This record gives sequence, C-alpha cells and structure tokens, in this order.
Amino acid sequence: MELARKLAILADAAKYDASCASSGTTKRTSRDSAGLGSTTGSGICHSYTPDGRCVSLLKILLTNYCIYDCLYCINRVSSDVPRARFTAEEVVQLTLDFYRRNYIEGLFLSSGIIRNPDYTMEQVIAVARTLRIDHQFRGYIHLKTIPEASPALIEEAGRWADRISINIELPTEIALKELAPEKDLVRTEAAMTGIKERIEQSKAERRDNPKGRSFAPAGQSTQMIVGATDASDRVILARASSLYEQQKLRRVYYSAFSPIPDASSKLPLVAPPLVREHRLYQADWLVRFYGFKAQELTRDAKPDLDLAIDPKLSWALRNRHQFPVDLNKAPRGLLLRVPGLGTKSTERILKVRRWHKLRVEDLPRLRVSVKKVLPFVIVADHNAANLSIDRDDLEGRFRPGITQLDLFAGKSSVITGQL
Amino acid sequence: MEQVTFRASYADWQRAAREALRREIDPAAVVWTELSAEQPALNIFEELAPIGSLSPRSQHRVPRRFVDLAELIALHSDSRRWGLLYRLVWRLTHGEPHLLEIAVDPDVALASQFHKAVRQDIHKMRAFVRFRKIAVGEGKWFVAWFEPEHHVLQHNAAFFVDRFASMRWSILTPDRSAHWKGDELTFTEGVDKSQAPQHDDVEALWLTYYANIFNPARVKVHAMESEMPKKYWRNLPEATLIPSLLQEAPHRVDGMIRKSAQKEAAGSGEASWHPAPVPDTDSLPEVAAAARSCTACHLYKLGTQTVFGEGPKRAKIMFLGEQPGDQEDVAGKPFVGPAGKLLDRALEEAGIERDDVYVTNTVKHFKWEPRGKRRIHQKPNSREIAACRPWMEAELRLVKPKLLVCLGATAAQAIFGPSFRVTRERGKVLESEFAARALATVHPSSLLRQPDEESRAREYALFVEDLRTAGKAASK
Repeated sequence: MELARKLAILADAAKYDASCASSGTTKRTSRDSAGLGSTTGSGICHSYTPDGRCVSLLKILLTNYCIYDCLYCINRVSSDVPRARFTAEEVVQLTLDFYRRNYIEGLFLSSGIIRNPDYTMEQVIAVARTLRIDHQFRGYIHLKTIPEASPALIEEAGRWADRISINIELPTEIALKELAPEKDLVRTEAAMTGIKERIEQSKAERRDNPKGRSFAPAGQSTQMIVGATDASDRVILARASSLYEQQKLRRVYYSAFSPIPDASSKLPLVAPPLVREHRLYQADWLVRFYGFKAQELTRDAKPDLDLAIDPKLSWALRNRHQFPVDLNKAPRGLLLRVPGLGTKSTERILKVRRWHKLRVEDLPRLRVSVKKVLPFVIVADHNAANLSIDRDDLEGRFRPGITQLDLFAGKSSVITGQL
Repeated sequence: MEQVTFRASYADWQRAAREALRREIDPAAVVWTELSAEQPALNIFEELAPIGSLSPRSQHRVPRRFVDLAELIALHSDSRRWGLLYRLVWRLTHGEPHLLEIAVDPDVALASQFHKAVRQDIHKMRAFVRFRKIAVGEGKWFVAWFEPEHHVLQHNAAFFVDRFASMRWSILTPDRSAHWKGDELTFTEGVDKSQAPQHDDVEALWLTYYANIFNPARVKVHAMESEMPKKYWRNLPEATLIPSLLQEAPHRVDGMIRKSAQKEAAGSGEASWHPAPVPDTDSLPEVAAAARSCTACHLYKLGTQTVFGEGPKRAKIMFLGEQPGDQEDVAGKPFVGPAGKLLDRALEEAGIERDDVYVTNTVKHFKWEPRGKRRIHQKPNSREIAACRPWMEAELRLVKPKLLVCLGATAAQAIFGPSFRVTRERGKVLESEFAARALATVHPSSLLRQPDEESRAREYALFVEDLRTAGKAASK
C-alpha cells in the first residue's frame, strides 16, 4: 500500500481522539545543531481544520488493526473500515518531514491493539526511541499507552514522551462493560496511578538533579466520550473531577460521540452533541480555574448542564442570593463567580480598583460584556440589586432559542453546528 | 512643535525618548517621524538645541513592565505607537507611576491592544510559516514565504533558530528576509512572493493528512476562522482544501445518515416485507427452494440470490457463518470464496471430513454497499438477523447436528445472545437452545484480515485448534 493511502486511513482512524495539546513540557532547543526541534512550554497550533479543531501534532495510529471490540470505536475488530499499518520508519520519516516544514509541533502516536498489549506498546515505543536517539528529535511527543502493558514498557514510554495518556473513554464501569468488554476501569485507573507516582518521583528527582532523566514532563491526560451512553454530565464531571484530584491529570478531554463509518447499531447515530461537549469544557474550566466544585454545576434533579446558557451563568441564575457582587470590593473568589468575568478580566479589575473606582463605562475597556455582567454587579454608578437581579425575566434575557442538534433533523443544522 | 526623527526601532526610539524626557518636552508637542532602515542615521534631535544647553533633570525610572510592553509595541505597524509610548513614559514619570495597572485608561487600553496584536502576530508567524525544500548545490535549503502584519520577523528569528538550528533556512517577507546558514543569522531586504519556491514534495502528504484528520460530522467554521483568520489562508497550502472539504461534508454526513436510516427502516418493517415462508416439510431441498423467494427483510433487493446452506442432511457438524460474500452471492453457494477455501483447508488439517459437515450462514443474503466498482461487505443488523432466523431454525431442525460451530461474532451472538464475546469464549463446548452442543470460534475471514504473515499463521493455528475441539465434541 502506498504511503499516502496509509496516511489517509491512519489519520482518519485517529481523528476521534480530541487531544492535540503540545504544551506544558520542559524547554528544549536544538541550538547545539545536533538535533531537530524545540519546545517552549506553550504549545503552537499550526493549523485548524473546518471542524474547529487545531492541528498541533501529527496525530496518527501506527495501525488500525485491533483485536478489541469497543463499540464506540471506528477501529474495533468488528468494523469493516479499511485497515493499514505503518512501519516504524515510515512514522519517523513523516514526523521529521512534517516538522522540518513547520507543519507540526511533534507526534501524537496511538495504535490499535495488535497481538497483545505489550507487543503493541513495544511498536509504539520503538518509533519514539528512534526519533529521540537516532534523530535527536527535540519536538513534542505524546504517546498513548495501554493500561494492560507491562510497567517496564510504560516506564520507557514516559522516558521518550512529553505526555502520555490512557483514555478512560466512558465514565462508569457499567457503561464500559457494555460497550468495551475488553476494557476495565479499575485496571485503567491503576495504570494511571502508576504513571502519576512515576511522574511525581521524576519531578522530585529533578529538583535535586536537573539533569536527571525525565518522565513525561507534560504529565498525563485522558479522554471521555460524551453521548455514546446515557451517562449524565453530573456523572461525567464527577469522574473528571476525581481524575484531576486523584490522578493529577493535566487535562481531561471530552469527545462528542460522532457518527463513524460502520457504526454499531447499539449506539446513537445522531449528530455529535457538540454543544454539550462545549458546555462540558466550560464546566471543566470552571472547576480548574474558577474555584467551582464539580457538584455545584449540576443538581441531582437536573444532572445535565444547560445547553442554552453557559454553566457559570446557569449557576448564577440559580444562586441569585449570592449577588450582586461589588466589583470595587469583592475578593477574587467572588469576582470569578460573576457571569461574564474571566480570569484575566478579574486580574485587571483587582489592579485597577486600587487606583480607580470602577464605573459602567470602564467595563468595555476591561474587555467585559456589559450586558452580561450588569445584572449581577455593583459598580460606582450601578447597583443590580435595585434593578434586575430578582426579575423573573432575567433568565429569559440570556436564553437564546437553541436546542441540541439532531442529525436527523436535517443536515443544515449539522453543517452549522456551531455556537 | 518638536520634530523627532529616528529609526523605527525600539532602541532608537528609546534613545530619542530619553532625550526628550530629559528636556521635559510635553508629549503633545512632539511629532515622531520614522526614518526608513536604509537612510543613514541622523542626529536624533535635528531641530533641537545641543544637548549641553539643557537643564539637567535626574534619571527617570519606569517600571520593568513598561519596557516589556514597549519592546513589543514598537513592532506594531501603526505609526501612532511612538507617540503613545512617549505619552505613557511621560505620565509614568509625571505623577502616575501606577498607570499601567489602570487598564481602563484610554492610553493603557490602546497600549494593551497593540501589545496583544503584536504578540498574536508573533505567535501566528510561528504557527503558519510553511517551509518548502529546495536543492542548493549539494545541499538543501528550506525556504518560507510569510506576510506578517507587524514587524515581527527579527524578533521571531531566534525562535526559528532554536527550532531549526540544524537546517539551513530562509524566511522571506515583503519587508525583510531572515537567513540561517547553520551558524549565522543574517537579514536582507524584503522580496516579493515570486522569489519563494512554489513546490515541495512533502506537501501532498500534508494535504492528505489535513483532509483526513478533519471530521465532517462536526463542522465548526467559526471556530476555525477565529483561530486561523482568512488573511493567513493565502500562504497556507492546506487552506486550499477548505472549500471542498466543507462542500463534501454534508454528503459524507448524509451517507452516514442514509446508512443509519437504512438500518432504522430495516428495523421498522416496511409494507413490502413478509415473514419467512418456511414450508412444513422434512425435505431440506424444499425448504431451500422456498427460501429463494423470501422477502422477510429488505436484503432480498440487494443480493443476487438467496444463498442457502449446503451439505448432507446427516451431517454431524453444522457451521454457521455470518452471511454470503461477493463470490457466494454470485455462485449461490455458501463458503466458496477466499474464506470458504481457508475453512476447507483448516477442516482438512483438523481431520474433519467434508461429508460430516453442513455449512450455512446466519443471514442468507449478501449485504453490501458500493465503493467504486467493488461491493463492500456490510454487517447485517439485528432486524435482518431476526428476519432470517426461521431459515436457520429449519436447517437445525432438519439436520440435527451433534455440534453447531459459530464462525464469528454475528453467528455466535445470534446463538448465544448479544453479550457473547467470541474472544473470551472461543473453543469452548457450550450448551445452547438451538443445538445439543455449540462452540464458537472466529470467522475465517478474520484470518485474512490479519496485518502480517506472523499473526496470520498464529491465528490460523488457533482456528485449526478450535476445529479439532469441534471434531472431538461432534464424535462423542
């Protein structure tokens, strides 16, 4: 099979993995002229495809042959998609060729399970080792690891990779049993814990000896599929939250389950729930950077995030007794809870107000949406308590008439599936 | 009015501004005039009195943050930047030391807007430069053409050296050009686009990658355009694909909808379908003949003919596959294609007589979809499997095999239920409601799909092993 055909098949097979980050690793250059590549700590997105996703890494599978039968996966053994397999040398050459032309930051390599987990892991590692040793490649490498692979192999993967990841895919053991019979949540989490401990150990060692061997300096991440099962956002966010806390993950990615060629009839072949995916990312941000607890964002009685409005606004409308917030006096933690204020605008407010009393006219210069913020705040010349905070129609003002897209409702909505 | 002429660089502006500050010139009274890079350096304050005659004012101090900000703002293409920077310096040194923290101040807001634009341009240049490889003498050179919005080339050159120190490269822009020869960074004048190479032999692969990493089921053009504004598209080779990818997306999604709609329709039961007309007879040929006119599901419209089971009525073992393939559909006989040949070979190796065997399929019509000129196999869905089930039950009733061997997941799940996993249960002799004993193994076609010779040989050996188990179980 010619290389272009393999690339087409094995890129197509990799696109359902949302992760593409190339950030958070150690700084490296190739100034010594011996190798190729650099990392700056923050990632670069070299291109964007019309699905709105960034292209930072060459994201491919080594092979899409797979002995597993995970129903949500395009590459499951029972799917009739065309199959292909790269040689290690082909992946190495593609990575170098793409990198030299500045198309990519590095490589994100994953693979279908062939023969057994250890064999597969060895093949993946061989590519990374060749890049790092033979070609002195200093760009970014993200390796997908297989929880069933032996610890020695995971150790070696972490040695060459900036980031390693294991996809949890589904938030509950029951869903996993149903759709991915070969996977096991307990085993996956155990593997994550092993990786977490190894990362922490390596960090500690490198504090004493900065030249020491690193282990996945950009940490580990995972992905959960959204919409393939009936798991609620509450369940998904609780799982994500525990992964951040227990496993110290850098990122949890949410991937809207999207129609795949030769889909299993057990799964909903509807438009990917893109709005829901977006809301989950917003909620994830609120937990990581805004001091929210995951369980604040949904309720038992209504365990899914509101699709029409963002989760912070939704929380604020349910908790009006906590408003209005005085922008000239409130502490950071409270400012972060005001709909329409981001982390940056909050920092700006904290600085400005030491020298200047904020008024409504100042808000646009802080890059803050006046319409969104005013109902919840007090500034020198405005007090929401007297005007809007308790009005019944407040919620309606923020609620556009949008609903979750349905693939069968007509393709136009699929094409314009954007917020 | 004081005219200040200087070269448009931060260093030169800084020198001029220091002088202006020293002389207490009010920002409103200065006109900043840039010299082009080619003009010789002039006296910084042409029309001002000699420095010596000025009143000495002590050194002004500005916060470090101002310097960081100003260095980048100096790269902005807006000519107002010099006046803006001087106003900021003036105010910082004339009673407003905290000015930069007051984001709502118009000067600070404009400065942060300029700063942000330059930072973004720096970042986007790092992202969107595309090198093309050309041959130069014996070696190779990587050349890029880029059109930055602000004067960021020189600032960004260090980034490209860090990254591509072992390559020789040039980045050409309309303004200036940067060159790295492997040990030295030099700058020359700007050029026009015609000077840049037009081809690269890896670019086609990059386009292939770009087209295939795109998911047509989740089009989000706004998200793409906000991060990759259209102004950059003309120098991005992959951007030429965007219109056609967008145009094809609905058709590709449509195809997936159609497929699933077919599945739905198959499940909902349309008017033209009738239950399988199984005759009440003990004659296998009569049942087979009746099956030829079966319309219990829509597959009768798709397949050439019904492919009924074959083998002696007294067979000890019945093999149950998934459905006929392309060759079986044409021949009207089960297991005559590549998978059938492999099964024959494996039977022989396992010591099972062909005379003892009856072969058939769970679904007796070929389900396929066109791909080019070929008919590509499609898995039958549960509606189709259920519609065909009376035929399989009739075959089992008449043949009464000692052992039923399910080949592959479709057959195994039809017999043992949907949660049955061949990978876990293969080769085990089990009880079933359809036959005294049953055993599941992989479908021989899965052997043909193995990635390499080694795994094919290994899987084949396992398959033969399962058949041996079957042979033993059937002769008990």
